[in-house]
Amino acid sequence: MPPKRIVQNETDLISRRLLLKRTGALGLLAAVEHLIPACAWTEATSHVGSQTPLSGDAIDLTISEQLFRVDDRTGTAITINGTIPGPVIRLKEGQQATLRVTNRLTEPTSIHWHGLLLPPEMDGVPGVSFGGIPPGTTFTYRFPVKQSGTYWFHSHSGGQELLGVYAPMILDPIEPEPFQYHREYVVVLSDWSFESPDILLSNLKKQGGYYNFQKRTAREFFVDIARSGLWPTLANYLSWDRMRMDPTDFADVTGYTFTYLMNGLSPTGNWTGLFRPGERVRLRIIASVNMTFYDVRIPGLKMTVVQADGQNVQPVVVDEFRIGPAETYDVIVEPVEDRAYTIFAETIDRSGYARGTLATRPGMSAEIPAHRPRPLRTMEDMGMKMEGMEMKGMDMGGMKKNAHGGGMRMPGMDPSGDMPSMKPPDDDQSTQNMEHRQHGPEMQNRPGMQHMPGLEMGDQRRSKIPGAEPVKHSPDDHGSGNQTVAEYSQNRMGEPGRGLEDSPRRVLLYTDLKSLEPYPDQREPERAIEIHLTGHMERYMWSFDGKKYWEAKEPIHFRYGERVRFTFVNDTMMEHPLHLHGMWMHLENGAGEYLPRKHTVIVKPAERVSVAITADAPGRWAFHCHLLLHMEAGMFRVVEVSENDRTISS
Amino acid sequence: MTGPYPRDRCYASVLAIVLICLVGQGLGARGVGAQALFGPSLPVPWSEGTNNTSSTASRRFTATSAWLSSNASTGQERTLPNLSPQRGWPSPVNDQENRLYTLIDVLEYRPSTGGGQSPSDYRWDVEGWYGGDYNRVWFKSEGQRNTAFKADYDVDFQLLYGRFIQKYYDFQIGPRVETQTFRGRNVTRGLGVIGIEGLVPYNYEFESALFIDQNGAVSARLSLTKDMLLTQRLIFQARFETNAAIQRVEEFTTGSGLNNLEFGARLRYEIRREFAPYVGVSLDRSFGETATLVRREGGDPSQVRFVVGVRAWF
Repeated sequence: MPPKRIVQNETDLISRRLLLKRTGALGLLAAVEHLIPACAWTEATSHVGSQTPLSGDAIDLTISEQLFRVDDRTGTAITINGTIPGPVIRLKEGQQATLRVTNRLTEPTSIHWHGLLLPPEMDGVPGVSFGGIPPGTTFTYRFPVKQSGTYWFHSHSGGQELLGVYAPMILDPIEPEPFQYHREYVVVLSDWSFESPDILLSNLKKQGGYYNFQKRTAREFFVDIARSGLWPTLANYLSWDRMRMDPTDFADVTGYTFTYLMNGLSPTGNWTGLFRPGERVRLRIIASVNMTFYDVRIPGLKMTVVQADGQNVQPVVVDEFRIGPAETYDVIVEPVEDRAYTIFAETIDRSGYARGTLATRPGMSAEIPAHRPRPLRTMEDMGMKMEGMEMKGMDMGGMKKNAHGGGMRMPGMDPSGDMPSMKPPDDDQSTQNMEHRQHGPEMQNRPGMQHMPGLEMGDQRRSKIPGAEPVKHSPDDHGSGNQTVAEYSQNRMGEPGRGLEDSPRRVLLYTDLKSLEPYPDQREPERAIEIHLTGHMERYMWSFDGKKYWEAKEPIHFRYGERVRFTFVNDTMMEHPLHLHGMWMHLENGAGEYLPRKHTVIVKPAERVSVAITADAPGRWAFHCHLLLHMEAGMFRVVEVSENDRTISS
Repeated sequence: MTGPYPRDRCYASVLAIVLICLVGQGLGARGVGAQALFGPSLPVPWSEGTNNTSSTASRRFTATSAWLSSNASTGQERTLPNLSPQRGWPSPVNDQENRLYTLIDVLEYRPSTGGGQSPSDYRWDVEGWYGGDYNRVWFKSEGQRNTAFKADYDVDFQLLYGRFIQKYYDFQIGPRVETQTFRGRNVTRGLGVIGIEGLVPYNYEFESALFIDQNGAVSARLSLTKDMLLTQRLIFQARFETNAAIQRVEEFTTGSGLNNLEFGARLRYEIRREFAPYVGVSLDRSFGETATLVRREGGDPSQVRFVVGVRAWF
């Protein structure tokens, strides 16, 4: 059916504030109904209040230990204001935020405002931006709100995030948003274990596959023989054995110990958001996850992605998207039938799921989709040279075409890495592109559209994706702490990701993400820094360039004001969500002037991803893998933005 | 790329800063000015010594100084971040933790077989470590009774330093004590150990060691184990072990040459990852001089034993 056109007129819709209040109340009703039988912990009911935001000039937050009940078990959690997730904080772009965080624990704590641009001393990373919040004290965060969108905040101290210290944050824009909706819900995905973070890490250090109960067994071996024949099966099994790798390694911590939560409720708890048929519902999906990648879908509904990491993107209609720890996506759905829809977030290894329901009345539920088989890694994930993979990148062809390539400083960069051009020679499509830009505002009002001719990939000025051609790894110098290197790394942003590659559904790709408006800094990066993601599954070591944080305490240096290309090369066999504090990463996904900006970027196995960064935030900033245990194991660096003594004299 | 700074350069930088501090006390006009910019509430380590002359100091410290001097020279009233981490700040991550691991790989009872010539007995094989990712202190203990290789009781204990090398192996070095009992008489010797332990291609756990005893007698041990998953929790473990020696050490029932070969097959069920009861069978046979010595001591150089035990770790 044709998308309903919403007039951008206040009187046409009930005021959004009013709606929020109402939906908040409805959501509360719905969720309480499901919660009460399962939950004797009265505090827990208040977590549903997370849909009722805290706002204002000064907000008080208290971090304390609480009992937390999941289904029939009770454990000890650490909460913000007594709930998991903590309360939604709702601020307005342009306001001055004052957030007083009181530590009622017996250990230091901290709050990091994930994705927010703020002064470095307000960033909340103990050991990088401040000393932490000692027990019994209050730390006041003060910063101007300089952006809008969906974000979240969490503890950056040890394993506290795993114990429940995370909450959503909504920053309302000054300008009206370029899309319309009738109601909105925050959907916080998380993972909960009754084992302490230290036990999780300790188990993994002692046995890398501790939580993997989906390894290949004798039975699967015989099934594979029956399907593919003896020799191919044997060759496949033996090649993995020879490499001492496990192709079933998708999640370090699995459903064996995790209960996957949606807004703090287990699949049985079934968080429910209510709607009226025909309404346009905005879901602010936040992966406040510690160790889990989710594949999110709502069977029966198309989702229109309108924001990624809080930033407006040109709407993309998808059936499913993969969300990594710390990422956020805002999607708009339009349920027209009077029925329930399952919000289904299956883990990447298929060992479990988080689930909730969109329903027209409390108590409704819809079918839970069938369990999909767990995926397998391939030789491609190992960075092995694939059959038919042309080594075109080796002939430097990309370099020759690139007029800007020669003048660049590329310290530490593999000479074969082609430098893309952000401004390719004008082609006949550029006129069309201009038209598209002029018509931008009109299209902003039609987010539900299935077909947007103006937004086809080919119509915009495309830029070259760094690493589009395979790049050969230089000799492995990452040491014993790194198990393998990707012999060839290549950009894989056009792939949906392992486990979704054969999906009949339309899955969101990183190459689909295009900023709604071009960001002001369109400079070509003047410098490139390459960093390798390294690790060892047998010893559960995780690092950058083979060095854990304590082995490489010298910061990564960005010159203040420079435009720098930061290239991530994943030598491991796992996906890693990389998060840079304090500055945006403009994902170099080929979108030309419309590069989307993100605070967290997933890098697939054997992938090479580049982001362009405008180093406009002087200070020391954390840069790390947002898989919490990877970070704790040492996959962490400090990025320092400063003027160096050479530039200062000029 | 940012590489780690050469250590000596860091030292040089610290030295330089100390010197500058001393000089700066005298002509520290800029230093004072810089401090005033920050105000008293923001402690600035090194601020006393930061001025233009410190440009040779290491990056971390010059960053601060660059900011300060840039301000001093341009007179801009920017609020500048303090780039140095302060004393007392914790590490942002705990990636240096030491852990203790103990694996009881074999702890088993071996019921008597046949007409009493091989009585029921037991065996253990325990190892573990304390340490981090690269450096560990290893401890190992093996003990058994009535083996085809050594008569009566045989107990040994090793305490080794281990260093993580070549991605998959621990290089181990340290002392070992071995005690054997023959008809109530104890003999004990001390040995030096150099070993390699780790995971070889095709996922075999590999353990090898070279022993030199107090009298210079050289022996060696090699073992390989391989796990095969029948189901996620039912696991078949194949085990191979062999011992060899250069010199004949009669006191310890060790002949020169190949001493023994042992094949084991154990089927365990992992109730938890950490705890798995098992049943199995072990074939142990000694050869040559060793077999002769075992026979002379009243042992059986060729044994087939059924075993029942538990594998556990913590």
